[in-house]
Amino acid sequence: MGSSPVVELNGLGRRFGERAALEGVTLTVPAGATVAVLGPNGAGKSTLLRILAGLLRPTEGVAQVLGSKLPDEGWAVRGRVGFLAHEPMLYRELTARENLAFHAGLFGVARERVDEVLDAVGLGARAGDRVAELSRGMTQRVSVARAVLHDPEVLLLDEPVANLDPGAAAQVAPLIGAASGRTRILTSHDPDAAVAEADLVLALRDGRAVYAGAAADVDLAGLYA
Amino acid sequence: MTRIVGVLLRKELVLELRMRESIPAMALFSVTVFVVFHFGLDADQVEGQLAAGVLWVTMLLAALLGINRLFVTDAEQGGFDAFLLAPVDRTALYVAKAIALLVYLLVVQLVAIPAFGFLLLGPGLEQALPGLLLVVVLADIGICVIGTLVAAIAIRTRTRDLIVPLLALPLLIPVVLAASELTAPLLAEGGAQALPGRWLTLVSIYDLLFALIAYAIFDFLLED
Repeated sequence: MGSSPVVELNGLGRRFGERAALEGVTLTVPAGATVAVLGPNGAGKSTLLRILAGLLRPTEGVAQVLGSKLPDEGWAVRGRVGFLAHEPMLYRELTARENLAFHAGLFGVARERVDEVLDAVGLGARAGDRVAELSRGMTQRVSVARAVLHDPEVLLLDEPVANLDPGAAAQVAPLIGAASGRTRILTSHDPDAAVAEADLVLALRDGRAVYAGAAADVDLAGLYA
Repeated sequence: MTRIVGVLLRKELVLELRMRESIPAMALFSVTVFVVFHFGLDADQVEGQLAAGVLWVTMLLAALLGINRLFVTDAEQGGFDAFLLAPVDRTALYVAKAIALLVYLLVVQLVAIPAFGFLLLGPGLEQALPGLLLVVVLADIGICVIGTLVAAIAIRTRTRDLIVPLLALPLLIPVVLAASELTAPLLAEGGAQALPGRWLTLVSIYDLLFALIAYAIFDFLLED
């Protein structure tokens, strides 16, 4: 884990009308670290990831990724961040290979990389199938392949293994797991598993941080008691 | 940007070939409207200004079907977000969508204009075709330039089906007016006449003006 900060949040907030989805979140993430973002449904986890991906504009505070302030300087980090969202971001009527070739074209990635990542997620043999014909787990694996296609330095992972069986989860681990060597910010429906692989924990409740610190020190039982 | 437009346009055309959501609906709608005019006007043959008006109002309404669906697949399947994550000039999406809409319109007109000639037109189409081709291209560019802008605005609202016609129809009146004025002499009873130059100029300037507006504001339309 490096020492230079890759992600810096300072008083970050986002309102949707009157409702604050995120409020006053402050966190510094060093290079190579894994952050587990925890919280019940509606706590603001996905909102935080969408802000870091440059898809949502914060209404208060500052978010910096790789030294660039989001979203105004987002152009400087697009291409260095990979985002695995709830939605697969894949066209259902295109094949897995066509979808990834499309993204490869957008990111300026060599076409050979498409088959490489499809093989890595165990879908080389189904590359010619339309996404609409794939199971949810397979679609999630294509989505993982999409997120890492351009070899990003920072990975934003929203419930990355939610639809995967243990075998498939193990298969994608080298790409999006701790062994990938990337700075990772992940949410999970399984706090124990998320904390086990994290260096830092950001626990949210109603959009506010109730814990932001070392994973080794977090008291999961006490957090949401 | 050309490479990115190519990547986006290829995706658009492959999806339309697979899903067939826009072109068949637009073509079927056009032919149906011509049939309705055929019976509604109680006239087997129209010419001149009336023929031009019927043709271009029908084309405009058919185009609305395509405009309405232009960004739907991207919005529903996360393509918007995926595009916004990429390190590319966002105007490329506008250009690719406008070209895709232009292709849809031209394909539809390959069916609709002969159907119009068969169902409604008094004078033959043959003499009018060279001039009509120029008018079709200029008017279609106007429809695509404005329609794509409107579609991008509408897709971010909850009332897309209402916003598209409410915004597009007033903005497209000058295009339809110019197209009709240009087409009327081509479909005159006495045979095709010369295109009126001032309408050619007007529609060209209008196309260019909205292309520049779209180039200036499209980035902001994609922002949260």
